[in-house]
Amino acid sequence: MNASAFLRNKGARALTALVAGIGLWLAAPAAQAMTIERVVSPGGIEAWLVRDSALPLIAMEFAVLGGADQDPLGKPGVANMATSLLDEGAGPFDAAAFQGRLESKAIELSFRSGRDYLRGTLRTLKENRDEAFDFLRLALTEPRFDAAAVERTRAQIMSRLQRDAVSPNDIASRTWWATAFPDHPYGQPVNGTVESLPGITIDDLKSYTRRVLARDGLKIAVVGDIDAATVGILLDRTFGALPAKAKLQPVAYAVPQGLGRRIVTPLDVPQSVVNFGGPGIARDDRDFMAAYIINHILGGGSFSSRLYREVREKRGLAYGVSDSLIWLNYASLLLGSTATRADATGQTIDIIEQEIRRLAAEGPTEEEFAKAKTYLKGSFALGLDTSNRIASQLVQMQLDKLGIDYIERRPALIDAVTLDDARRVAKRLLDPGLLVTVVGRPEGVSSTQSGVAASPSPVAKPGQSPASRE
Amino acid sequence: MLKPLTTLAALAIVASALVGAVATAIAGAPQITHFTLSNGLEVVVIPDHRAPVVTHMLWYKVGSADETPGKSGLAHFLEHLMFKGTEKNPSGRFSQVVATIGGQENAFTSADYTGYFQRVPRDKLKAMMEFEADRMTGLELTDDVVRPELNVVLEEQNMRVANNPAARLGEQMDAALYLNHPYGRPVIGWRHEIEQLNREGALEFYRRFYAPNNAILVVAGDVTADEVRTMAEETYGKVPRFAEIKPRLRPQEPAQQAARTVTLADPRVTQPSVSRYYLAPSSLKARPGESEAIDVLAHILGRGSNSRLYQKLVVDKNIAVNAGASYDGTTVDNTRFGVYGTPKPGTTLPQLEQAIDVVIDDLIEHGVTAEELERAKSRMIADSVYANDNQRMMAQWYGASLATGATVDEVRTWPDRIRLVTAEAVRDAARRWLDKQRSVTGYLVKDTRPEEKRS
Repeated sequence: MNASAFLRNKGARALTALVAGIGLWLAAPAAQAMTIERVVSPGGIEAWLVRDSALPLIAMEFAVLGGADQDPLGKPGVANMATSLLDEGAGPFDAAAFQGRLESKAIELSFRSGRDYLRGTLRTLKENRDEAFDFLRLALTEPRFDAAAVERTRAQIMSRLQRDAVSPNDIASRTWWATAFPDHPYGQPVNGTVESLPGITIDDLKSYTRRVLARDGLKIAVVGDIDAATVGILLDRTFGALPAKAKLQPVAYAVPQGLGRRIVTPLDVPQSVVNFGGPGIARDDRDFMAAYIINHILGGGSFSSRLYREVREKRGLAYGVSDSLIWLNYASLLLGSTATRADATGQTIDIIEQEIRRLAAEGPTEEEFAKAKTYLKGSFALGLDTSNRIASQLVQMQLDKLGIDYIERRPALIDAVTLDDARRVAKRLLDPGLLVTVVGRPEGVSSTQSGVAASPSPVAKPGQSPASRE
Repeated sequence: MLKPLTTLAALAIVASALVGAVATAIAGAPQITHFTLSNGLEVVVIPDHRAPVVTHMLWYKVGSADETPGKSGLAHFLEHLMFKGTEKNPSGRFSQVVATIGGQENAFTSADYTGYFQRVPRDKLKAMMEFEADRMTGLELTDDVVRPELNVVLEEQNMRVANNPAARLGEQMDAALYLNHPYGRPVIGWRHEIEQLNREGALEFYRRFYAPNNAILVVAGDVTADEVRTMAEETYGKVPRFAEIKPRLRPQEPAQQAARTVTLADPRVTQPSVSRYYLAPSSLKARPGESEAIDVLAHILGRGSNSRLYQKLVVDKNIAVNAGASYDGTTVDNTRFGVYGTPKPGTTLPQLEQAIDVVIDDLIEHGVTAEELERAKSRMIADSVYANDNQRMMAQWYGASLATGATVDEVRTWPDRIRLVTAEAVRDAARRWLDKQRSVTGYLVKDTRPEEKRS
């Protein structure tokens, strides 16, 4: 879809009046209807709970520290493969028996790993609650890693990697991360490579899950028709047998390299895929919220961002163009992408770079700054549209150490950002320059080396505190 | 909101696993209200009072299959242009208002319908209705906005199709499956025809199909039926009925008599695959209970890792990395039943295709087990409970079902009808519809010719 465009003056006046009317309501968003309880089990395991008996179902999400950042250098893909295998047989059940039982009870259980975390999702009808948590317990504490399931999963991942190896989107992204983070786990593909997968052993897989599945970094959220006492009992039963402490490999803080570079990977496709990015701002940085607003104004996903307007709306150069802030545990990024026809690729990159420079130099206008604030205040609660999404957000808030009252405090945190803050942070966020990767047959675009001075040292100061989120 | 992307037919496919799935039979299921305004606009209200939020969707009963031959892509192009403004709300003001309150919005086009939706705080519902009613007849277009948007659509075609060998094969398979019906055309259009679309053609299409008596309003969320009725009458109710809405009579398929095979070779194919579409009845065109039986058949044959195709080909015989089946009955005319497989290295596509046929033939000959049937049915019925957790999904099911000819009651009783499906009905459905004479098989293979010879 679509749409947007700049407001003509007539429209802008009407809109201003409307915004004022909404302001009061937005100060207490949809979250008002939601009470978050902190539950601590008899065994000391904590979860955040939203009780809602409107529907006979329960959703749960959890995360533990340690994802692909725990993969050995030169052997990427261990965390991803191990995580894919957690529901492929556990305890007394082989893969078919395990999956068959889940399906008979309509229990949805899945695991995934990103760069920093292993995450799990559970959804069950209330009537099958205890069995659902039992299957989760088995998957976490007694995964089988049967040879047949391991080889089947390996073949599936290999098949996907072979497909990715010629996908322009995937090549652009892989090249970006590998260039930005050489000799760092973040530079390795999360899913591994066709070279690394054959070398992953069952011992590698077991070693990973044994090290990361522990109680100390565990964050849990439960949403649905269940009371706090029952949650407490299920928490102990499900997670109580995990080791108290994870054994994580230390990971160095890093800042993205290659700023100022353009890297073109030739591929015979009609549309060039472009990834662009540079350093972001950490989640616990005092400038984070200002950066979040700046990102929204630049290219943050609404139909009225500057990139959307300039690249898509005015010129029709691309179907999608956006960027987002990414806060990892050991690095912070601003990362965006678009895709455009070969003869317009150079122009599109130029426009993106111009818009970034312009926003860095001039900051946002008063009007777009005000609109971005109301958008970001309203969109948060509107995005919480399913039980699993609420649970996932509550886990993220715990990982980000935002506090259980964050949803109530959030509008005030946004309001507290001044236009001066935004202008200062726009410069801080958007001045360092971009690493750009392009895949396709772009006309007139070629690889360039950076002005070397633009790239800071690869490893950040150790004192810099971690933020989190994938 | 993630990305400002239109959804195209993808939405219809996503919803397909759960087509029409909604349950009053199940505790906690909402009381759906359905009524029609005097100008012919149908209204469906789905209460969900968990948060002070509403999902507002307007569905038009027009899609790519209603386009004039030679103008493929017009329904989807118009969907894009609907965001360009009206006299009253010029130049994207609607989207600006949605964005300013942090709302979500998007639109989608399938072969049979075009939909527009917003998710907003409940006190903004009336404003959404005013905007949406206004652009039902008030669209204004200039070449200055139409031309760049056509380029956007061409980039969308590049992204979804031209850059993606599997999607290109899918288009060729549809074209081969449908000998006569417009479902053979891509929803996004053929590129050479998209390039010729223009302002006049879009406006002509708009005036022909966008009218209250060719639309369905679905509101899900924290609102009562009475509130919706009042607001709808004050907004949409003012739009006059349009007399000329014709029944959707598309050219139908003749008796199909020959199995077809198409092969797409591309140097970028590193993982070959085989898939097949069988012509299969939509819920609307099927005999009573038949569409439900086909749905259960698709589940047992190929949805998930417990399915026949996965268990036989991936687990037991170890010749495929993946295999499955699909069916989406939410269409006006006859749809497709799909099977697919991705071979392991060392297995050829003909070998895998033959192995798929063995699984299908076995099911046709011996039917399904009681355990398989129960597992599939309980999983599918549970999906209709889970659906209640997703306001947008609920609105989508009702909208898509009604836009393709189902009634509210048919949607509501879907779980009951799934419960009634027998093993015999599943076997009959397989025997009747998994007939290769009414199918196309597609091979996706690597093109090994040297690159310079292709250009």
